[in-house]
Amino acid sequence: MTVTPIDRMARATPPKLARRVRGLSDRAIAWLFVTPTLFLLLAINIFPLIWTVRLSFTNYAANRPAREVEWVGLRNYERILTSEGIWSNMQTTAHFLIWTITLQVLLGFTLAWLINRKFKGNDLLTTLIVLPMMLSPAVVGNFWTFLYQPQIGLFNYVVELVTGTPASSFSMLGPGGLAKWSIIIVDTWMWTPFVMLICLAGLRSIPDYIYEAAEVDRASKWRQFWTLTVPMVLPFLMLAVLFRGIENFKMFDMVVLLTGGGPGNETLLASIDLKREAFEKWRTGYSSAYAIILFVTVFGLASIYVKALNKVKER
Amino acid sequence: MKARLLTATAVGAVLSASVASAQSNELTLCWAAWDPANALVELSKDFEAQSGIKMKFEFIPWPNFADRMLNELNSGGQLCDLLIGDSQWIGGGAENEHYIKLNDFFAAESISMDDFAPATVYAYSTWPKGEPNYYALPAMGDANGWFYRKDWFERDDIKAAYKEATGADLREPQSQKELLQIAQFFQGREIDGQTVYGASIFTERGSEGITMGATGALYAWGFKYENTPGSYDMEGAVNSPQAVEALEFYKELYKTATPPGYDNAYMEQSLDAFKSGQVAMAMNWFAFFPGLAADPNVGGDKIDFFVNPGQNQPASTLGGQGISVVSYSDNIDGALQYIKWFAQPDVQKKWWSMGGYSCHLAVLNDPGFKDSAPFAADFLAAMENVYDFWQEPAYASLLLAMQDRLHNYVVADQGTAQEALDGLIADWTEVFEDEGKL
Repeated sequence: MTVTPIDRMARATPPKLARRVRGLSDRAIAWLFVTPTLFLLLAINIFPLIWTVRLSFTNYAANRPAREVEWVGLRNYERILTSEGIWSNMQTTAHFLIWTITLQVLLGFTLAWLINRKFKGNDLLTTLIVLPMMLSPAVVGNFWTFLYQPQIGLFNYVVELVTGTPASSFSMLGPGGLAKWSIIIVDTWMWTPFVMLICLAGLRSIPDYIYEAAEVDRASKWRQFWTLTVPMVLPFLMLAVLFRGIENFKMFDMVVLLTGGGPGNETLLASIDLKREAFEKWRTGYSSAYAIILFVTVFGLASIYVKALNKVKER
Repeated sequence: MKARLLTATAVGAVLSASVASAQSNELTLCWAAWDPANALVELSKDFEAQSGIKMKFEFIPWPNFADRMLNELNSGGQLCDLLIGDSQWIGGGAENEHYIKLNDFFAAESISMDDFAPATVYAYSTWPKGEPNYYALPAMGDANGWFYRKDWFERDDIKAAYKEATGADLREPQSQKELLQIAQFFQGREIDGQTVYGASIFTERGSEGITMGATGALYAWGFKYENTPGSYDMEGAVNSPQAVEALEFYKELYKTATPPGYDNAYMEQSLDAFKSGQVAMAMNWFAFFPGLAADPNVGGDKIDFFVNPGQNQPASTLGGQGISVVSYSDNIDGALQYIKWFAQPDVQKKWWSMGGYSCHLAVLNDPGFKDSAPFAADFLAAMENVYDFWQEPAYASLLLAMQDRLHNYVVADQGTAQEALDGLIADWTEVFEDEGKL
């Protein structure tokens, strides 16, 4: 008779413990293993969420422990949903999301497609391209601040060299409407390599024989690209969009370092505004309602998106 | 086994005792990271020698100071035994019981608030404002002032060019409008082969910068927070015609007389602009003036200082801080001992000599004080007419609302000055309604 690892483990179990466990059903044992994790999940995820929902209906301020907490009903939600400032922040966030994702997908896919060939120095080039995403957002924010500096910044200098516009006549992070685009440029520079890597994985997962079969059928390169490459890489691309979408919806550090949300409120993303309300103005009840609204938005959009992603994968 | 357990318990007890003893022999003082903080480290060595208590320091860069320290206080943290906190925190510190009330201690130790400059006692120590309830000892007097390139102002070619351009003599500005005229004169001018600019001013958006800068103009025009103090009736005060004119002035100063890219500038950027020879004038807190006067490149004979020019009235924006004992400290006695030591006239004199701005009358009323530093007389003049921001417990919300409104108008070119100030009243009304004060 063959002795399996399970038999060996059973024999190694001390008789006392074995007697105690013998009476338990498989379901009970399963619960025994799952319970600590469930408890942890409840304690650090679900309970804070429920608590936040509760706080969102109050005027609680975490810095005013002595003040009486009042139940304000839906007033916080009403204030947020009718606030022009918050709608403007949402638009800024949407503008940032749409443009960063569009540019990163286009550039990332193009780079992946170009690099997915055999040529000398391919590995070195790939490593160089992915360097930006290895940097800390704090470092990126700081050095791009210097690059964008109107008097000594390399970026303005290059623009002057190319277009003839004097470097100190415009400020990428200042007033004039360029700040929104400045943060998009930096995020695209930093995270395009990430999208490229995911696309590269997708491209490399397509077996060569499919292209060989297409060649036999005399399909043009263009036709191969649209009918083979794009559909087969699409699930990967959609995954990259999901990751970048979630990440950029909560974008904070890099934008704070670059513009602090300014000039004025031009680059004030919802996440930065939420932090200010919660931990600078200490409007805990109000910011809880704000957080719940953002959570529902992201959760809703992500759910719809994941369903679409699954449909694409099933095709 | 029993012996081992006993030994472990004994070792544990000895360790706990030594940790407790170390804590009672240590004090942590929290403040912002800047020049005066370094002077205080040196000064505190005398306290260490006299008391045997070891001093530790926690200095936070200015842009994060309020955020970091208020979080610490709100969470009941024990990091700081002593805190030199901003004047605007006094309301929150008192009402939320973060700070210990010092009246009994002052009475027991014969520390009299009459020995300190009244404006500093009012601003840094009392809550409610002006009531004899003391939550801090005035530690560091400060106001927003100005400094300029004296060597440029004294050059004959520049003086002649200014006279030709404006018909006036080039001198330290006597009014806000004269300051603008001088700044505009220097803007884009070539001096020694370098393009220079008019003035470096506060435009920072994230913490308190633009509010502290713009209020220098607002107060000078006669801006008030309320029509009647304590009534929270802001309509007609905050958005008065004078306030609107002052805000328009500040925007013009920013747009026409500052270096390119200084759209988010505060203390550090102002110092950088001046030290690198980019600007003819700059605003900053008096706290930095000793360092500037001693600067090897732009200090000495090349620099001079002036108090914030008045317009309709003399006025300066108040800075500075009081030193408070944090109620969550586990060494309150040691912290009080430090305050008792710090309040002594001799220590205060040494504090001034090392670069700290004493608020003690024994220092300020000394006949030699005005000549003790090139900025000492300006400091006295400034402290006679200082105005401070709201010191309410909800000050952070009030401040951030003003930051947003001012930055949107001055830097981001959104709306008019009237709209900015009207909007500010709406924001502040909402805050006071939430506070139950309206």
